Amino acid sequence: MKVPPGVSPADFAEAIKQFEGAVGKEWVFTSDDDIALYRDSYSPVWGEPDEPIPSAAVAPDSVEQVQAVVRVANKYSIPLWTISTGKNLGYGGAAPLLNGSVMLDLKRMNRILEVNDKNHYALVEPGVSYFDLYRHIQDHNLKVWIDPPDPGWGSPMGNSLERGGGYTPMHDHFDAVCGMEVVLPNGDLMRTGMGALPGAKSWQQYKYGFGPYVAPIFSQSSLGVVTKMGVWLMPTPEAYVSGTVMVWKHADLIPLIDIFGDLQNSGVIRGTITLASSFWLGVPNPEVDSLRASGSVKDLEDYAARNKTPYWSMPLNFYGPAKVIAAQWEHAKERFSAIPGATFQEGPSYRFPLSAEEQAKIRDTVPLGIPSLQIFSLLPPQSQGHIGFSPIIPMSGEALLEAMTLFDRIHRELGSGRAVLTVLSSFPRALVIIDLFPVERDVEKNRMMRELYRRLIKEAAARGWGEYRTHTTFMGDISNTYSFNDHALRRFHETIKDAVDPNGILSPGKCGVWPKRMRKAQA
Amino acid sequence: MTCIMAGAAFAAPPDQEQIDRGHKVYDKWCFPCHGTGLGKPGTESLARRGQKPAVLEERTDLTAPVIRQFVRHGVLFMPTFRKTEISDADLDAIAAYLTRNNKP
Repeated sequence: MKVPPGVSPADFAEAIKQFEGAVGKEWVFTSDDDIALYRDSYSPVWGEPDEPIPSAAVAPDSVEQVQAVVRVANKYSIPLWTISTGKNLGYGGAAPLLNGSVMLDLKRMNRILEVNDKNHYALVEPGVSYFDLYRHIQDHNLKVWIDPPDPGWGSPMGNSLERGGGYTPMHDHFDAVCGMEVVLPNGDLMRTGMGALPGAKSWQQYKYGFGPYVAPIFSQSSLGVVTKMGVWLMPTPEAYVSGTVMVWKHADLIPLIDIFGDLQNSGVIRGTITLASSFWLGVPNPEVDSLRASGSVKDLEDYAARNKTPYWSMPLNFYGPAKVIAAQWEHAKERFSAIPGATFQEGPSYRFPLSAEEQAKIRDTVPLGIPSLQIFSLLPPQSQGHIGFSPIIPMSGEALLEAMTLFDRIHRELGSGRAVLTVLSSFPRALVIIDLFPVERDVEKNRMMRELYRRLIKEAAARGWGEYRTHTTFMGDISNTYSFNDHALRRFHETIKDAVDPNGILSPGKCGVWPKRMRKAQA
Repeated sequence: MTCIMAGAAFAAPPDQEQIDRGHKVYDKWCFPCHGTGLGKPGTESLARRGQKPAVLEERTDLTAPVIRQFVRHGVLFMPTFRKTEISDADLDAIAAYLTRNNKP
């Protein structure tokens, strides 16, 4: 039997027995076949000696069982790696970071404890998926929208804790978190915000409670096991309007982003935008690619004019009362008209609720709050998975052009062809570039991909751009770039980690934070 | 005696109750990728590969071992599904549902 690092086979056997006592024998997995289900299907180190594979998996069904598991892990210094729905593909999936960890699989904790459509929030357990929450809302005819990320099989709790994003006005998922229940590494149970007040009537309505606000330290972290979470939802809007702003010159990106930023910060544009360009973004077209390689902006602008293909286009989504959003779109057009030659195209508009016939005609329902898996349709036919390099870029056209040019050059230099980039406004006041990489079941191709990825991390950091989130394989690399004042932030994380989790049992290595007992070995 | 009865139950054709359970599990876990309609990447991927019909529910040539293989091992961008997501009993029910129209 595989054992976790630093744990004797006898202690591990005893811990497994006690895990079985806590959750039932059926929900402790130790066979090779069952453990293989906890490999990362999109692993960039698939089949290599470094691929992290757990030693066992434990699946509690209640908070009390989580507490019991954590106490056993503490007694025997067993590293646990926590997952919610385990569908965080591209970021590690259902696999641990540390080889030999025991998976703490919370998928069975899948209760929707409350959905309130008067004050617009939900209280959920970790194993609830976006699909589950959407179905519950539909089945109970509640007047509220969720904000799904691209794939709907993930967990609202997990995605929020990983600081994911969606497309509707509630697109910044951690910002929508209100109230957590957390099992601490010693097995103690804590509630954050108003939840600390017994019998609180506003746990999901006021985030901060009293005193230091600690909920954020449980995001992208290894300081507790979150067992309940409040998530703010959006009232079902009356209507939706969409339209696209199209500009025709290379340098138009600069005023385009300036005006967008102003409209977003003013609350006129509230949905996420996905910037488009036939020349810089998305899947390459060979003709455009050869023009790009020539380096002539004028050639590209001529191509745009000749083919009536906008150089940059920005689809906008508006949500709310029909009269208000019609005025918002009109106002946006007035503002973007300051860019010479800007043109506009009306997009689909809807009134809610949608009829089944209307919904059946929509390919991408995610911006309408309806979870889906359609994003996988956009992958190349032979895709075996993907991961994304996703740096946060300042809200400026100059920065975007610099970043896109740099990433494309690095891709070409390292022989992977043109970079396939996406630009999103998932978070307030900044942009995120997603540079999507295929992962394959091919050791050499994955090795080259990792080399390219690490080069991008380094070059981006040298220009002041850092990633918002990453795959477990690169968590240490990215943590290393957040190094102001001799890694003061990481040293602070480690101070908290050592105080809260002295035996270092929860998710060792998560986002570059290692417990004291493993720190030297990982340095 | 128990073993013989278990064996007999395994060999018997799936009953309607098992098929209905499989239909529910399929709707929850498989339909979002393999169903009909727009934005179903599993169906689109099978169609690209010339599989006819591309919608799994319409197939009459799937077998329980093949279904188990894909669910537990994945294929291309389809990941594995754990037993906390789809239990062995639920997987048997999916197989009963997807093989319900197979010719004997």
